[in-house]
Amino acid sequence: MNIVLLLVLIGCALSLVTSRHHARRLFVELTREQEQTRAYETEYGQLSLEQSTWGMPARVEKIARETLHMQLPTPGRVEVVETRQ
Amino acid sequence: MTGVIARRARVAPIPVPEMLSRPRALALFGALAVLFVVLLGRSVYLQWLENDFLQGQGAARFSRAMEIPAHRGRIVDRFGDALAISTPVKSLWAFPDQLQASPQEMAQLARMLDTTPQKLNARLKADEDFAFLARQIPPETAARVMALRIKGLNEQNEYRRYYPGGEVTAHIVGFTGDQDKGQEGMELSQQAWLGGAPGSRRVIINRRGDVVEDVAAIRAPRAGRDLALAIDSRLQYLAFRELKAAVAAQKAKAGGLVILDVRSGEILALANVPTYNPNSRNKIARDAMRNRALTDTFEPGSTMKPFTIATALEAGVVKPDTIIHTEAGALTIGPNTIHDAHPAGPLTVEQVIQKSSNVGAAKIALTMPATKLWTLFSDAGFGTPPATGFPGEVSGRLRPAKSWKPIEQATMSYGHGLSVNLVQLARAYTVFATDGELKPVTLLKTDGPVAGRPVVKPETAREVRHMLELATLPGGTAPKAQVPGYRVGGKTGTARKNENGVYERKYVASFVGMAPMSDPRLIVAVMIDEPSNGDYYGGNVAGPVFSNVMGAALRMLGVPTDAPVNNVVLPPPGDDVKEET
Repeated sequence: MNIVLLLVLIGCALSLVTSRHHARRLFVELTREQEQTRAYETEYGQLSLEQSTWGMPARVEKIARETLHMQLPTPGRVEVVETRQ
Repeated sequence: MTGVIARRARVAPIPVPEMLSRPRALALFGALAVLFVVLLGRSVYLQWLENDFLQGQGAARFSRAMEIPAHRGRIVDRFGDALAISTPVKSLWAFPDQLQASPQEMAQLARMLDTTPQKLNARLKADEDFAFLARQIPPETAARVMALRIKGLNEQNEYRRYYPGGEVTAHIVGFTGDQDKGQEGMELSQQAWLGGAPGSRRVIINRRGDVVEDVAAIRAPRAGRDLALAIDSRLQYLAFRELKAAVAAQKAKAGGLVILDVRSGEILALANVPTYNPNSRNKIARDAMRNRALTDTFEPGSTMKPFTIATALEAGVVKPDTIIHTEAGALTIGPNTIHDAHPAGPLTVEQVIQKSSNVGAAKIALTMPATKLWTLFSDAGFGTPPATGFPGEVSGRLRPAKSWKPIEQATMSYGHGLSVNLVQLARAYTVFATDGELKPVTLLKTDGPVAGRPVVKPETAREVRHMLELATLPGGTAPKAQVPGYRVGGKTGTARKNENGVYERKYVASFVGMAPMSDPRLIVAVMIDEPSNGDYYGGNVAGPVFSNVMGAALRMLGVPTDAPVNNVVLPPPGDDVKEET
């Protein structure tokens, strides 16, 4: 009887060890994923910063005027089209 | 004695261990007992009395409280484009006496940081305790530097705030100072909303310093929230560009421009010149930082006249076609005389606005008790801060009616003797842009129309609106404010500046207007401070700015036209109506 209990005890102890080890491994993985999340957040921030910077109206207008040679039509060249709704 | 010996000798020669004498045994036992008690005492001491200290010491060797940094919220415009954003950066620091870097390493370090070894050494010598070798550098650069594995060189995480809008949105957004705390503008007033609270958690680390187990969260981090402003980046840029060009062309000291959405009370654009770049703040003049449209006041001049007329219409003392004799351009009240420099004979009430007659406005104002004027001015928001949520906004000055002398009542009718800020003035015009309601204004994005507070009767608002449209047509003071394709209306202001109680030969030219007149959607208020390129009339200096900004803004917002595109009619040269100052 005692021997059986001893074996059970040893079994329990070993399973504790493995689950503990497992938990730690999972935790390391979790930390890595969290790191990854932070890295993505950082990248998102940088990309939206870049988007805002490239998309600033001042820059868009400069390119439109200087590179693409676009210009506003004078009132005489504007035709207003009525839409029937 | 002999007997005993004899008996022993007889029994056996077995060697008997010598018995300890009783006192010795006792002494020994005592000593052992004392040692045992000491041992026991020590263990009790360690287990109970010193337990906390030792547990703490043990924990200190493998358990760490780790700071979890919290992100500051972004500030975005009404479409979600970033106007202020925090990105992680690194700073490199060292205790100078612990930094062990060979000259080669220093040279390498300097090359990576775009500096010279001399400069780095100077920094290290400047302070013996602690020195930053590089502040707020990109994480990639820091990673390459740390890969050199220089002993004693440490890195720390920080956030840096970037403002993609730069000088265009500087005054509204403001900026953060040390520790990522708001210091100016919306960054300051919305600190509680934007700022995150860093969290902290307890972890177990192994010998190499890697985290192996999360023990407990001490404090969960709270990330800052994003803040959506009412600002429309496109209109903001437009307003800034036009204002900057006008201030330069007029050789003016400063200028301000506000675009207001009539229905929602949102401030779609708010531009100030001079401005500054919040991304490189070390060389900013304090003066350029002020958001003049909200924190500075000026005497509005003729832009107040519509409120005087509205009071008279409400009180029933005049109708739009009542004839006012303008006394050949001079009205004497006690020792003072009010002048119209361009006398025009008898004018209707409509023409008083259209031609901006001071005498006309004063005569109308003097037919009413001062409290009536004061009540309407006050209801239209003069003398109270515009409550946009901007730090440091001012209320302007509107003295109680009791203290008005007759001459003051006359001058207030055309906007002297009281002061306003530009946003307040734009907000007051919502009374005429709607059917008599004053709308609350805000810098924050809202959902759809807001209810206003009725100030005048709908008929009164419509009548004044018509007068405002007349002012922009030939025969009015501001034909240059016209916009192709849209009917517009507004009022010019040309005010002498009052410095230390004396009216100087310095002017503030302004124009506040709305469009399209069939159903006003936008109010644009322009103010040019000290134009000094020859012309100082509101209609000529601020009117064209209004026209450019309003026209482009209406097109951008896709507001349907309410006039043919060839509607702009300018009076023949030399025939323009000069406003009274």
